[in-house]
Amino acid sequence: MTTGTNEISGPATSSITRPEPICGMDTWMPVATRVTAIKRENLNTHTYRMEIVDEALRAQYRWAPGQFNMLYAPGVGEAAISISSDADTPDMLDHTIRVVGSVTRTIFRTQVGEILGLRGPFGVGWPIDRLDGRDVVLVGGGIGIAPLRPVIYWLLANRDRVGRVVVLYGCRTPEDRVYAEELENWAEHAPIDVLVTVDNATGGWTGPVGVVTKLLQRIRVNAERTVVMVCGPRILNRVAASEFLQLHVPPSQVYVSLERNMNCGFGRCGHCQYGHWFVCKDGPVFCFKDIADIFAIEEI
Amino acid sequence: MNADDSVRQFLPKASLEALIAALRDQGYTVLGPRERDGVIALREVHAAADLAHGMHDEQAPGHYRLTADDDQLYFNYVLGADGPKRYLFPAQQRVVQLHVEGQRFVMDAASPAPPKLAFLGVRACELAAIAVQDRVFGADDPRTFRCEAELSYCETRRNAFFVAVNCTRPGGTCFCVSMGTGPKAERGYDLALTELRAGFVVEIGSERGREVAAQLPLRLPTEAELELADIKLAQARHSMGRTLQTDGLRTTLARNIEHPRWDQVAKRCLSCGNCTMVCPTCFCSTVVDSSALDGGSVTRTRLWESCFTHQFSYAHPGPVRHSIRGRYRQWLRHKLSTWWDQFGSSGCVGCGRCITWCPVGIDITEEACAIAATPSQSNSPFAEAWEGEGEAEAAGEVPR
Ligand SMILES: Cc1cc2nc3c(=O)[nH]c(=O)nc-3n(C[C@H](O)[C@H](O)[C@H](O)COP(=O)(O)OP(=O)(O)OC[C@H]3O[C@@H](n4cnc5c(N)ncnc54)[C@H](O)[C@@H]3O)c2cc1C
Ligand code: SF4
Ligand code: SF4
Ligand code: FES
Repeated sequence: MTTGTNEISGPATSSITRPEPICGMDTWMPVATRVTAIKRENLNTHTYRMEIVDEALRAQYRWAPGQFNMLYAPGVGEAAISISSDADTPDMLDHTIRVVGSVTRTIFRTQVGEILGLRGPFGVGWPIDRLDGRDVVLVGGGIGIAPLRPVIYWLLANRDRVGRVVVLYGCRTPEDRVYAEELENWAEHAPIDVLVTVDNATGGWTGPVGVVTKLLQRIRVNAERTVVMVCGPRILNRVAASEFLQLHVPPSQVYVSLERNMNCGFGRCGHCQYGHWFVCKDGPVFCFKDIADIFAIEEI
Repeated sequence: MNADDSVRQFLPKASLEALIAALRDQGYTVLGPRERDGVIALREVHAAADLAHGMHDEQAPGHYRLTADDDQLYFNYVLGADGPKRYLFPAQQRVVQLHVEGQRFVMDAASPAPPKLAFLGVRACELAAIAVQDRVFGADDPRTFRCEAELSYCETRRNAFFVAVNCTRPGGTCFCVSMGTGPKAERGYDLALTELRAGFVVEIGSERGREVAAQLPLRLPTEAELELADIKLAQARHSMGRTLQTDGLRTTLARNIEHPRWDQVAKRCLSCGNCTMVCPTCFCSTVVDSSALDGGSVTRTRLWESCFTHQFSYAHPGPVRHSIRGRYRQWLRHKLSTWWDQFGSSGCVGCGRCITWCPVGIDITEEACAIAATPSQSNSPFAEAWEGEGEAEAAGEVPR
């Protein structure tokens, strides 16, 4: 126990006072954001471009690739959504959202010009500061490409700082692809390798078919100098991490972004516990070596 | 200040009334143990007559009874199902209320001023549990920026006055000695009482406590009174209902994520969540939204949540902990192992409530002990990479 008496430290106040909530701080009060553009990605996934309504807050707002916001539909609730735009233009926030339940359905009904709430940014993102001189492999599955897109923007802007860059992306059918045009554009014109695979080749798809980890056969991995970042469904995270470890990529160079039920986003509500970690504040991006003891254990 | 440098004093039994009156005079709402539906419950008391007295409790796994006993004694029972957490971290609490105005969110109502509460008869394990929650909610570190709900906790807690009662008759499910939290209150109180038939030996734990004590008809205790109080406390230490061997337990549980005992306990556990509802340290919660009927304002309310529910871990496409085995394991490992990593202490203070109030009588000490007795050391298929010094080599052996 930390205190010797009942008196706990800090100034005693007679009523509850606190500064105005600021983005990224522990608060239940969301800030208003305006939807400025909506882009359809696939049948149930759309990208919402937003700006914080309050100009001062908008100017202050900073985030890092891999971080997420709690997006708020007033009266309905919140959902954890990764920021998927370019962190170099932090005032223009993209959130790519797949409709699965009540909050995402309400957001789906939101029109350009309307407002939503936002709390964030929360969490620890990708190891951008550890990429110098490295080869980088990004592995995304389905909507899991969303938190990786800011990394791609960063890599493109800092292309000379890193070695080889490979993006592996898998989804169910070609129609399910998220960021389809951008991926095609990067594959053709950008100085990075982009490989896309689908589970079912519908609509005249001539590209690779099969799970995303099969794409690994098509690339050469220099294990010692490669940093891997994975985000996808639980099963993809598991298989991809295991494949790269088998290729002798050190566990300290494999990163996974995990998904958990989230309510607060700042480490207090307990929902996102993963072993002793709180995914919302210790993650969602984890270095594999930190979670190897519990990784892939069912129901942990 | 601690108890050692304060002189012990004596409060005659009839003057318990004066203590309650003094606290009420200072503007405190006094909360003390009352009998309610056959259980000790922490509720407001206006006078000493409101307090449960002349009874003791029988507690055992899945069992609780109050039985008539020595009429001269007030605090001959220990804990009921609820405790100070009911007031410091209420099961239902508004965190913010807001409305949409054009393109802005406007906060409607500031949080109400925190209540001024005096807890009478709080036990050592409860004070330890409050210290645990202080760390969870950041009350031990004024520099932390806190959310609205935590601020309310911190302010209510800071205002609170604690009159501890040292346990002289531990309950059948208590194991505070094993957890180093009782049966005598060593810290965290303003006043502490040890009950004798004629009155209370009083210790002063804070400046606030001294001010209240100054208004009481205290006298110096006799040698015999002090000796009797000491004997009663020493006896209490030796009559714990349960014990838990804590040496190495944190590591044992960290390593035994897979163990046949989890399957066995899962067959008995109903996943009712009672254990989490009565536990004084459990802090999980869910904030839900509700709209006013006119559509104007939205209230965000924090509710207690339990790790025994499906929605607690629900993430598309299903709950992470879909089996009772997974949920019980999460609960027990959190209390006795991962809590240490998160908050630097045990998440269990040995109050025994989860044992008493489990409808099927599952006993946390028995479960932990069973695993410690037959450790299996089987963990993640990836654990090699974790244990291994040379990460790259170890990684090569990772099974698929
Ligand atoms: C760090 C992080 C980043 C994320 N990033 C993104 C992102 O960029 N884009 C994105 O689209 N998603 C993302 N997600 C996932 C997203 O948070 C969830 O899909 C979202 O919270 C769902 O909210 P909802 O209210 O729409 O669905 P909910 O209403 O909560 O429910 C989702 C589904 O679960 C069902 N369900 C809910 N509760 C229960 C229950 N108790 N029992 C049975 N079924 C239940 C619902 O019926 C529905 O089918 C991310 C999650 C995390 C943790
Ligand atoms: S886990 Fe059980 S014994 Fe331990 S503090 Fe919680 S209710 Fe009390
Ligand atoms: S351990 Fe007992 S009290 Fe806890 S959820 Fe299971 S049946 Fe309920
Ligand atoms: S989301 Fe609340 S603790 Fe992580």
